[in-house]
Amino acid sequence: MQFSSLLIANRGEIAVRIIRTAKALGLRTIAVYSDADAEAVHVRHADDAVFIGPSAAMQSYLDGDKILAAARQTGAQAIHPGYGFLSENAGFAAAVEAAGLVFVGPPHAAIDIMGDKARSKRAMIDAGIPCLPGYEGEQQDEAHLIAEGIAIGFPLMVKATAGGGGRGMRLVESADALPDALKQARSEAHSAFGNGDLILEKAVAHARHVEIQIFADAHGNVIHLGERDCSTQRRHQKIIEEAPCPALDEALRANMGAAAIKAAQEVHYRGAGTVEFMLDDQGGYYFLEMNTRLQVEHPVTELVTGFDLVALQLEIAAGKPLGIGQDDVVLEGHAMEVRLYAEDASNNFLPSTGHIDLWHVGQGPGIRVDAGVETGSQVSEYYDPMIAKIMAHGPDRDTARRRLIAALRNTALFGPSTNRDFLIDALQQPVFAAGEATTDFIGDTYGEEGFCEPPLEFRHYAAAALMLFLHARQRANSYPDVGQELLNWTSAGYLESGFSFAAGEQARHVRVQPLSSDWYRISDDEHSLLAMVERFETREAFIRLDEKGAVIRFFIASSGTIELTFGSRSFKLKEISASGADIEGQNDGALVAPMHGLLLEVAVSEGDVVKTGDRIAVLEAMKMQHVLTASVDGTVSRLGASAGDQIAADELIAEISTTQE
Amino acid sequence: MSSFKSRINTASDEFAQNRADMLELVEQLRILEARAVEASQKRLATFEKRGQIPPHERITRLLDPGMPFLRLHTLANYLVEDADPQTSIPGASIICGIGFVSGTRCMIWADDSGISAGAMTVSAVPVSLSIQEIARRQKLPLVHLVESAGANLMNLKVEHWAKAGAVFRNLARLGAAGIPTIAVLHGPSTAGGAYMPGLSDYVVGVKENGLAALGGAALVKAATGEEANDRDLGGSEMHASTSGLVEYLADDDAHALSMARDVVEHLNWNADHHSPARPAYEAPLYDTDEIAGVVPRDYRTPYDVRELLIRLVDGSKFDEFKARYGATTVCVHTSVMGCPCAMIGNNGPIDPDGATKAAQFLQLCDQSNTPVIFLNNTTGYMVGTQYEQAGMIKHGSKMIQAVSTMRVPKITLYIGASYGAGNYGMCGYAYEPDFLFSWPNSLSHVMGGEQAAKTMSQVMRAAAVRRGQKVDEEQLKREEDRIIAHFSAQESGFYTSGRVLDHGVIDPRDTRKVLGFALQTCLESRARTLRPNSFGVARM
Repeated sequence: MQFSSLLIANRGEIAVRIIRTAKALGLRTIAVYSDADAEAVHVRHADDAVFIGPSAAMQSYLDGDKILAAARQTGAQAIHPGYGFLSENAGFAAAVEAAGLVFVGPPHAAIDIMGDKARSKRAMIDAGIPCLPGYEGEQQDEAHLIAEGIAIGFPLMVKATAGGGGRGMRLVESADALPDALKQARSEAHSAFGNGDLILEKAVAHARHVEIQIFADAHGNVIHLGERDCSTQRRHQKIIEEAPCPALDEALRANMGAAAIKAAQEVHYRGAGTVEFMLDDQGGYYFLEMNTRLQVEHPVTELVTGFDLVALQLEIAAGKPLGIGQDDVVLEGHAMEVRLYAEDASNNFLPSTGHIDLWHVGQGPGIRVDAGVETGSQVSEYYDPMIAKIMAHGPDRDTARRRLIAALRNTALFGPSTNRDFLIDALQQPVFAAGEATTDFIGDTYGEEGFCEPPLEFRHYAAAALMLFLHARQRANSYPDVGQELLNWTSAGYLESGFSFAAGEQARHVRVQPLSSDWYRISDDEHSLLAMVERFETREAFIRLDEKGAVIRFFIASSGTIELTFGSRSFKLKEISASGADIEGQNDGALVAPMHGLLLEVAVSEGDVVKTGDRIAVLEAMKMQHVLTASVDGTVSRLGASAGDQIAADELIAEISTTQE
Repeated sequence: MSSFKSRINTASDEFAQNRADMLELVEQLRILEARAVEASQKRLATFEKRGQIPPHERITRLLDPGMPFLRLHTLANYLVEDADPQTSIPGASIICGIGFVSGTRCMIWADDSGISAGAMTVSAVPVSLSIQEIARRQKLPLVHLVESAGANLMNLKVEHWAKAGAVFRNLARLGAAGIPTIAVLHGPSTAGGAYMPGLSDYVVGVKENGLAALGGAALVKAATGEEANDRDLGGSEMHASTSGLVEYLADDDAHALSMARDVVEHLNWNADHHSPARPAYEAPLYDTDEIAGVVPRDYRTPYDVRELLIRLVDGSKFDEFKARYGATTVCVHTSVMGCPCAMIGNNGPIDPDGATKAAQFLQLCDQSNTPVIFLNNTTGYMVGTQYEQAGMIKHGSKMIQAVSTMRVPKITLYIGASYGAGNYGMCGYAYEPDFLFSWPNSLSHVMGGEQAAKTMSQVMRAAAVRRGQKVDEEQLKREEDRIIAHFSAQESGFYTSGRVLDHGVIDPRDTRKVLGFALQTCLESRARTLRPNSFGVARM
């Protein structure tokens, strides 16, 4: 069925990505958005946008009825679900079709079967596709599962049949650990998917995660577009993907491709799909699952094949034949992708949210960026913290890898924390560089603790101090301009500026002494280095520190916080030389009378736990009643006055000791 | 514009010698300046103990990073209280200069409490008056970082006290003229010093250390018998909440300086100000650094002042006025850092033609509102029958008259000799130039020591002959040496700068920057309209 308008039932980078191709094909594009996304980038890219409710995804992007209502309201003829959200929801796909609209995705029956790990595995075994030894039966009592587990042998994986994204998944090393793992996985699966059923599967060490991209049209044509290696995962979350897989040769590719096509045919597949395999170090491959949607990492396939996968999806959805045969698929060079997450690597990878002060993407030959944010965007806590994908294409794997590293080093996202430095570090690991990364790579390399950055060095403080110096100078010299010749000059021959940074418990003092218009000596009591500024712009500078050149990107907030990227390091510092004492001084928890007056009421007792803004006391002065509130969260440790007291200005009313510290 | 081609061989021995000589003098200057800093830093531990930022660092925290800072009077008081060149500490215990605070050109004045706890030196009053005068003329907000033990009562002379009153009078007049004054109380400011915050428009007081009281506890006890303590008498906290003397109460020095920056920012000093546009300009074709090798140490060795001009001015371009008339007085139109200006230099004594040419040139500059820069290297006006008869007195007078009455900015540099009435005609100290700086090799006095000695011995010889006595050559020689020593002890730039007879001594290689800065300051001031009133702003 032909269509000329497309509603994208998604947000972020994938919505932007789909809109781009849809527009290129001449389709009218309709975005949907929640409260949190009213100002989002994808909304502005679309021709039309419909508000679909509160920020929580359950009440907006995951609410199929609201999506369908938006489609009716705007006359959308087709719906692209993107990935995540409703993309693999068979009920939604059926509802779209029932509403007489085109669902850009497979038939709901295919989604249904592939969404169930047990059913899909049984179907694949029937079709003769290699699967890992395991248990995928319907009998789910614990004793039976334990017996099956012992029969399979250890290590083994416990997986939720309805699972995905690592939830309800456990690696079990020995029989002793199995009962607990089953219990945990079941409860996790139950709460995440509403279904506690599990399968068991032999775990394969040193395996790769290799997936085959397939396309099937409504006319019986099925082809594959080669593979992607997604072995680099942190806790089952993909972070680096590439195509082709360094471990595949033509024969193995053809075999796995044929198996993937067979899998698709088995479920009467239509559209874009991905068949995931586990590839062991002997060249053996085993079906894991099939993703019945466009994958996050589809761009690496686009880069090596030259096809626009979204365009192919839309054409197939419109009922057109594929138009390309297997022989038309030629892999050119190598492509690699990283996922940039707004998360705090130093804080257990918790999502990091907030205003994006600066989003700068390193460009270069072969670089592609799919982003759902820009400078000024908000990263909200409601959705996936993956905010952008950066891809590099090159004639060979190492060129692509190097280009990707260079682009990342030149990429900055200020505001929320990101995994940028972690990505750069992972890409530079010898195991990864050699193309030998398996699913164990991240765990083996970074251990339980995960990626941990070394403490900042003096040069990092020096770079921050120099940026503050130049920023302040630029601001001061905006009017009237004294001219380049007089900058950095003093008739007394020597002048320096000091900057202090909060560094843990202590302050770190850095001195910047201009030596000429471009040269500086930056020092503290133990270090000294020479800096040369080649270029300084509002948010970007090129400097040499002790002869080593570096591009620095920075953002200086009015609060005195400076964020920088300096090579492969990104960091945030708080400048405290203007004195933070005043800020802390007002927040020390001591509540004093602002003026003379009569204390009408004391609303708390010693030992009460209070929050900032809570009512503490009421003071009557000058015939007005003043409500005095807590300025910090904490516990009332002392009361200095009681109701009915006449008190003087600055007299203590209550002392609140802060709960932290 | 004509272009003058240098005839100086920068690879010559003469150039190398000149350069070595000049750099040695610059080194002496820097050593003297460093002596004041070192003296101040001896008290670093005390400052640290009190949680204070030492005075020099206060300045760096107050100033905008990387913006120019023209220090003033770094050698003040040199050889004044202590006649020993090896120990005399210059600077008058005041760190001052013109710099930028929150993008605003300001006069900065900090008491160097590292030296004798900031006690006033005998040169403190002349320095204070000098920088207040510059602030008034150049319309510069005045920021004073106060911490002074007050006057050393044993050194205090009655005339110091009498004249010191002018410091407070000036504060009142600055306020009335529409020029804001800001005082930061880092430490004590007692007795007369208490009127420093009292007469400033804005006062920032530092908790625990800042103190302002007419009489400290000891004086109060002596005067009235009251047992008082300093914090109650004049602590910043008291003034901020009780007396109302302090507007902004700071937790510590860093906080106070940040508050002072905020006060200056809120002046919006540049909001209505339209600085004259400066066109793009070229750097000199010759390196300004070569100045050190161009100028001989001894003023008696002649050199062409135009060799200096091409190392100072934009694109090394100037137009010479009446080049062939009174040729030893060189008058040019040129520009420095895009600021059009005129310069007068000397290629020898000023003769009647030179004086008339200069007088005419100065009047023309006044007519066209062109700032004038005087490059002093003259032994004075010509003497001799021929010159007297040619009207040297009246022609020299015309020049002095023009210098005295002209309304345009005047910037004077002592770059070599500046003797006698030549100094007057070339806008010396008494002619109130907007800025007056000396090179370390410069000499200024009524005449050169040798000239004075020879003159005296001529007089003595003539007297002996008249009386028919035999000339005692040995005694005459001793007398000559005594006169030379008397003159040469007083004529050096270091000595005169110690007496606050200029605004400071500069590295000759910095001359272009000093001139550019000074011109910008003068032009900014001339373009600024103040909002004066008759009384100033009274503290409520």
